[in-house]
Amino acid sequence: MKYDIIVVGGGHAGCEAALASARLNNKTLLVTGNINNIADCPCNPSIGGSAKGIVVREIDALGGEMGINADKSLLQIKKLNTRKGPAVWSLRSQIDKVDYTINMIETIKNQENLDIKETFAEHLIIENSTVKGIITREKDEITAKAVILTTGTYLNSNILIGSTKKQEGPHGEKTELHLSKDLKELGFTIQRLKTGTPPRVKKDTIDFTKAKVERGSDVPLQFSFYEKSNFNINKQEDCHLIYTTPQTHKIINENLEKSAMYGGYVEGIGPRYCPSIEDKLVKFKDKERHQLFLEPESKYYDSIYIQGFSSSMPIDVQYKMVHSLPGLENCEILKYAYAIEYDAIDPTQLKRSLETKIIENLFTAGQINGTSGYEEAACQGLIASINANQKIKNKEPLILRRDEAYIGVLIDDLVTKGTEEPYRLLTSRAEYRLLLRDDNADLRLSEYGIEIGLIKDQKELIFKTKKEKIENLLKELEQTITPTKQINEILIESNIKPIQDKVSLHDLLKKPDVTVDKLNYFIKEKYPKEVKEEVEIMIKYEGYIKKQIEDAEKQKEYEDIKLSEEIDYKKVPNLALEAREKLNKIKPTSIGQAMRISGVNPSDISVLMIYLRSKHE
Amino acid sequence: MNDTICAISTTLGVGAISIIRVSGKDAIEKVNNITNIDLTKKQSHTINYAYIKNNNEIIDEVLISVMKAPKTFTTEDTIEINCHGGIATTEKVLELLLNQEIRLAEPGEFTKRAFLNGRIDLTQSQSVQDLINTKSDKARALAINNLKGTTSNKIRSLRERLVKIITNIEVNIDYPEYQDIEEMTIEKIKNEIDNIESELESIIKNSENSKIITNGINVAIIGKPNVGKSSILNKLIEEEKAIVTNIPGTTRDVIEASFNLNGITLNLIDTAGIRETDDIVEKIGVEKSKKALDKADLVLLILNNNEKLTEEDKKLLEISKDKQRIIVVNKTDLEKKLDLNEENIVYTNTVEENGIESLLNKISEMYKLEQLETNDYYYVSNIQQLNKIKQTRRNIKDIKRGLEESIPIDMLEIDLREIWQTLGEVIGETYTEELLDNLFKNFCVGK
Repeated sequence: MKYDIIVVGGGHAGCEAALASARLNNKTLLVTGNINNIADCPCNPSIGGSAKGIVVREIDALGGEMGINADKSLLQIKKLNTRKGPAVWSLRSQIDKVDYTINMIETIKNQENLDIKETFAEHLIIENSTVKGIITREKDEITAKAVILTTGTYLNSNILIGSTKKQEGPHGEKTELHLSKDLKELGFTIQRLKTGTPPRVKKDTIDFTKAKVERGSDVPLQFSFYEKSNFNINKQEDCHLIYTTPQTHKIINENLEKSAMYGGYVEGIGPRYCPSIEDKLVKFKDKERHQLFLEPESKYYDSIYIQGFSSSMPIDVQYKMVHSLPGLENCEILKYAYAIEYDAIDPTQLKRSLETKIIENLFTAGQINGTSGYEEAACQGLIASINANQKIKNKEPLILRRDEAYIGVLIDDLVTKGTEEPYRLLTSRAEYRLLLRDDNADLRLSEYGIEIGLIKDQKELIFKTKKEKIENLLKELEQTITPTKQINEILIESNIKPIQDKVSLHDLLKKPDVTVDKLNYFIKEKYPKEVKEEVEIMIKYEGYIKKQIEDAEKQKEYEDIKLSEEIDYKKVPNLALEAREKLNKIKPTSIGQAMRISGVNPSDISVLMIYLRSKHE
Repeated sequence: MNDTICAISTTLGVGAISIIRVSGKDAIEKVNNITNIDLTKKQSHTINYAYIKNNNEIIDEVLISVMKAPKTFTTEDTIEINCHGGIATTEKVLELLLNQEIRLAEPGEFTKRAFLNGRIDLTQSQSVQDLINTKSDKARALAINNLKGTTSNKIRSLRERLVKIITNIEVNIDYPEYQDIEEMTIEKIKNEIDNIESELESIIKNSENSKIITNGINVAIIGKPNVGKSSILNKLIEEEKAIVTNIPGTTRDVIEASFNLNGITLNLIDTAGIRETDDIVEKIGVEKSKKALDKADLVLLILNNNEKLTEEDKKLLEISKDKQRIIVVNKTDLEKKLDLNEENIVYTNTVEENGIESLLNKISEMYKLEQLETNDYYYVSNIQQLNKIKQTRRNIKDIKRGLEESIPIDMLEIDLREIWQTLGEVIGETYTEELLDNLFKNFCVGK
């Protein structure tokens, strides 16, 4: 069998990769261990969140699927940080795990050019350091021009509960052992990572009167810029907030040595932002209680996810822990918490296109690259697929800069700095977060989507119309108004302070309480809500945004000085030893990237620039 | 990359003229904002008489050289301001330039630009690299070593306070669902911003008033005749490229020469007439030394390694014992006959190339150990560091304006972060993962 692109793994990275590849007219094969687990959400029943919600919007703006699929599968949606500035607004949804998978399978099955095969990819076919295909568990050879590995936690995984360790995936499936060995033999540095997930309990055995209700938004919200969501905002499911009790803490403290983590049964490094409840107790001894959320998993089954209660305690201890929680005293536990450890590659062995440096045409995305989170995985799957497509068609890869997208921040961090724990996106990782907003993801990225071919037809039309409307509105706001009696009466009527001097509507809009709607009298054309909101943000925070744009432009000058892969930094005179080693390992593609490598000092950068110039002469 | 940069190009000392160099695409336009004449209308390569003004206040009477690209050292538009008003005034002019959003040049940056823009021949590439390396190494070392312990602790604690606010804001953004984490609000940070501002201002004020910054340290070299005072003196002058002057004044001490040692200006005082003849220096005896001692912040007492302690030596040891003193045992190239039981001894010889390095190191070390200045508490003694701290004024201004305009806290945080980073550069702490580490150390978050 022959394909253009093979995607190994049907998780969030794999789905994006397979769909994008097929939509770009590549004959595509998606290999998955279990078709029914496509787009599975083995951890929290939630898509989005701070920074992550913006990534979902970015995926949508580039023509990916996650936003659309989440919109189809909502249980609850809200906008976070609305009391803060627009730069940190972000959508968070509770999704129905069952719907999410069903909807994604349907999209994949209906996608032209895309085949699904239920098997394991045991080996890669490599010739001259170039990948040529895969060999399945059944020893079938399937060839392709490019292969994208999105194996998630299934690479040599162990499930840990207390001191028991089982070689299996999250649902007790078989794990993939050979591939990891293959990669090691090819020269990849393999690291062991760990993550965990909390217990699930039966909904109708919980006494919710002891919990605080957490509701969703009261106005309709959706991730996708391009496909209208049919979700009824009045039919949202609630989440609930509870706290751990002194009894919970007593049980945990008395059994600490029995946990997989503290008992020393885990070798993988766990993420700091996803600590187990044991971790939280050990690290924050003085904290009297810890916050937990009860989140619904699906309307089809009666399961509640206890967010904040990850654990690697043995089952008998977990049983006591769960029953010490308010409202859960008599609950039925459906699934116990577990930790999972798995193999990942050192992401500094990747190019910024997500192609591996060692094997040509081999791309990797998601947890195999050391990240954590559905959204982080999905965006890498999309980028890896776009770049596999570009590669086999001899086109330039899509490299997003740090000032263009959270996706750019994530990939640049990974390939430049590597990661020692599963990497999660945080707003604080983005130095230009005023530019990387939720509202403008389409304006930032959809031009790329059009160029690549994933944003077309209806989507392209929607994008171009919005852009045009924004320009029109900005133009209308350039008009100035004079402080005549009539004008001031109109302003007062709209709750705007009367003006003393001639002023442009643009400048008037900078005042805190002034909105486009309040200036309705002066505006001719009708504009949709998102256009008005966009323009208000652009104008109200103009000064701050401008400052970041200037910073980004300065940095871009350094990003534009390219460094060839051919440079042997050992031969560059005057570089510090540490800089030499790091530069040879990372092989940055630009001076800008080199500046971000830890251990490379400003004087090394000067030396490099001088070296480049002397080479140039 | 081709933003506009500035720096004081002359060695900071007591030279009559200091030159500030400005280079970059907005050089002429930006300097023009602080002069009384229109520089944009001046021809290239002209020297122009002008005043430097801060609004309507005249700061200095200067000569301004206008040199337009490409025929300049950096090949960029370049301005050189010849200031006449001494160190304090030069600093003031530099500050005005920084307020014009001209960036302070990194060590060796003008030369680097000259090279990158093809102005310097490629054969000089090696020396340019060496220059940048040594200069930036020195600057880095300075950042860490040349700061009083109390001051770096002060800055460190300011950074800690800043990082506390910053990470609290960050954790509010990244984990908004955590209701038991305190929410940072504009009201809550208002006071703290004022406190931080006033502490930064006090460091700036103290530093500017600090005698070390404005006047330097007065150093007296004493010793019996023919012990090698003039050799030491000449060696200092030669190696440190001292500006040799002779300024007799009624209000000031007689400063024979001054030189810059790791950012500190050392003035050699009351060693009369070193330029005329070596003999005179050598003939200065105990009586004259006594006089010099009164005016000195630091005394270098020279002894001969090749000789037993004489009565005269003992007398000099006695009269200088309460002073900040370094005992310089010279002529180590000769046989050791001296037997001495004192503190702060260094061994030198003026024959070898690095013969007096021990002395230079000792001076730096004493300075660092706060033995020279005990009255000023929080100050920085290095111009680069001071200017970095001054840079934070702009951020504070932006934050305060933001507070008034009810700008969301996550935007104000961007300026807080910049202050935090700048202060990190001052004390040589620029670890980038510090924020995240702090966030997960201090807040219990995560699913």
